[in-house]
Amino acid sequence: MARTVFNDARLIDPVAGTDSRGWLLVENGRIVATGQDAAPEPQGGETRIDCGGRALAPGIVDLGVKVCEPGERHKESFRSAGRAAAAGGVTTMVTRPDTLPTIDSPETLEFALRRAAEAAPVRIAPMAALTKGREGREMTEIAFLRDAGAVAFTDGDIVIANTRVLSRAMAYACELGALIVSHPQEPGLSAGASATSSAFAALRGLSMVSPMAERMGLDRDISLVEMTGVRYHADQITCARALPSLERAKGNGFDVTAGTSIHHLTLNLIDVGDYRTFFKIKPPLRSEEDRQAIVEAVASGLIDTISSFHTPQDEESKRLPFEEAASGAVGLETLLPAAMRLYHAGALSLPQLFRAMSTNPAKRLGLEVGRLSKGAPADLVLFDPDAPFVLDRFALRSKSRNTPFDGTRMEGRVLGTWVGGQRIFGE
Amino acid sequence: MTFRARHLLGIEHLAPDEITAILDLADDYVSLNRSTQKHGDALAGLTQINMFFENSTRTQASFELAGKRLGADVMSMAMAASSIKKGETLIDTALTLNAMHPDILVVRHPNSGAVNLLAEKVACAVLNAGDGRHEHPTQALLDALTIRRKKGRLHRLTVAICGDVAHSRVARSNILLLGRMESRVRLVGPPTLIPSQARDWGVEVTHDMETGLKDCDVVMMLRLQKERMDGGFIPSEREYYHRFGLDAEKLAHAREDAIVMHPGPMNRGVEIDGTIADDINRSVIQEQVEMGVAVRMAAMDLLARNLRAERSAAA
Repeated sequence: MARTVFNDARLIDPVAGTDSRGWLLVENGRIVATGQDAAPEPQGGETRIDCGGRALAPGIVDLGVKVCEPGERHKESFRSAGRAAAAGGVTTMVTRPDTLPTIDSPETLEFALRRAAEAAPVRIAPMAALTKGREGREMTEIAFLRDAGAVAFTDGDIVIANTRVLSRAMAYACELGALIVSHPQEPGLSAGASATSSAFAALRGLSMVSPMAERMGLDRDISLVEMTGVRYHADQITCARALPSLERAKGNGFDVTAGTSIHHLTLNLIDVGDYRTFFKIKPPLRSEEDRQAIVEAVASGLIDTISSFHTPQDEESKRLPFEEAASGAVGLETLLPAAMRLYHAGALSLPQLFRAMSTNPAKRLGLEVGRLSKGAPADLVLFDPDAPFVLDRFALRSKSRNTPFDGTRMEGRVLGTWVGGQRIFGE
Repeated sequence: MTFRARHLLGIEHLAPDEITAILDLADDYVSLNRSTQKHGDALAGLTQINMFFENSTRTQASFELAGKRLGADVMSMAMAASSIKKGETLIDTALTLNAMHPDILVVRHPNSGAVNLLAEKVACAVLNAGDGRHEHPTQALLDALTIRRKKGRLHRLTVAICGDVAHSRVARSNILLLGRMESRVRLVGPPTLIPSQARDWGVEVTHDMETGLKDCDVVMMLRLQKERMDGGFIPSEREYYHRFGLDAEKLAHAREDAIVMHPGPMNRGVEIDGTIADDINRSVIQEQVEMGVAVRMAAMDLLARNLRAERSAAA
């Protein structure tokens, strides 16, 4: 019987909302006990990890990771993404279907799952496309895809502009109990935009979109949720003006949750500076007021999940004029240290952060991970929230190095990562 | 000498004394250009390449003439018709040209920020001849020179910039420059053509020509950039002309000695009435073109001095 004792840890339990010294016992890949008192007596053949007071939390469930397999393995493969995830304390990658070709059939999904099982040390929970080819015309085989393992259905950052198509897909998905993940955005207003409307972006001559476009997209989606009753998750809520709509939908008892990205929580639109394309993401970075409002919404629980929206891009697609450059940033390895900025700023506690990064995404997708509770799989991350370092993008394990944090000071180092009780990162 | 920059990418990074240094030298070049012996040797031995990724007649001719008058070897490339069509990226094009050891690159590009990107990758001085809707610094400098010669100063003037501000790099560079020289800027135009955040730029915004032009010293008209519009910014050219086109009646609200400027090319009968444009007592549009050559000579001269100083320091 495989048995591991984590001794003298700072246990971050997001379900109980506690942050306290204690021990944690793992047997056969599952958490069997935790406690505050003296750790269990040593038995023969067990592994003992002396945590030295460092934080031990449920491994991160990163909702919305792009692994560029199939199609663009030069940007990221299951092997490289898996190693990056392990080093970042991410124990489950909830993958996006926006690959080449799109993951919109059981066959492509099975291919991705087979590659994942061969190459990635972390768990993979795949999302499948909601419409074929993400073209917004015809819904995918939602039942077949669900049976093949899809945990949610999404067209990624493409908005299904045809409301009738979306309403049908939602009605069909509702009957199957499937979760739809949508990118709330009014597509006409945001077409061609690469920056948020602001004096800063206007002076730089960038095409802009009002943050109101996000609220309009969310309002439409919520109306459709009311019509169809589908389980709905907004992938990224990034501006203050969308929050009242979200609050109303939740207050009305609709089955609605929302996420946000770590980049929108830690950066703002001024960070683009002189056309730095590593800061070009979708939706674009928002104002400082928006950033603060979103941080507060995470603290209050109005926004449920925080993800990296890991989007690998090669150097060529970023070394272009800002408006022509590709969007997206890698984030698997920087999600945790970036989140520590919010912790050190006193904005969010560690249990609050891990509730949003681990517990809530797992719960929303019906996964049993994301908890330190008895019986839960032993997916764990051991980290030092105070350890400082300067990020060097070329030291990242991802094949793509498009991080906005290159050269910046960060705090928070992952010391070890475990999936199902097996150590996949750290000595 | 107070001009320190390595490139001229925009007005944004220029200090007031650097702007003054360019204008002072440009004044000298105006005299040279008016003489029969229009030759200097400030750029002798240097190679100037004009890369225009967007069609241009006036600006390209102005830069070409400026370089030739100062003795540079000038080559103009119409990039719009060349290798980008074959899929080469901007960076690769820049690296290819860089390998030919140019000393001055003059670049125009349809994307905002493209010239900044290019400047990071080459070893010579880069002059922005207009990037997307971002900046067109030599246009703002030639406008400033024109104003300074007509009004005797650049501070404490009221300048109305009218029309299509949203799509205009000329407007952005002028707003930055006039603000830096402590003049007042008013933006006048329909709300669809003025960014709604423009008030945060430190300018006044009005949507009415009478209010906008009242007591101003300079009326700067902008070209309606039909080629940058994807439809629906104004209902029609005739309604635009009626409300925002500069005619004698609207100009009467400005100061009696107010000058009228336009960066060209003009759409007569759209943003400006033909008789105003041709009125030699009010319009300085032809002077602007003349100042353009002088300002570009001055800017390239100053960049070349810094380049030579940098190279001799490295040697």
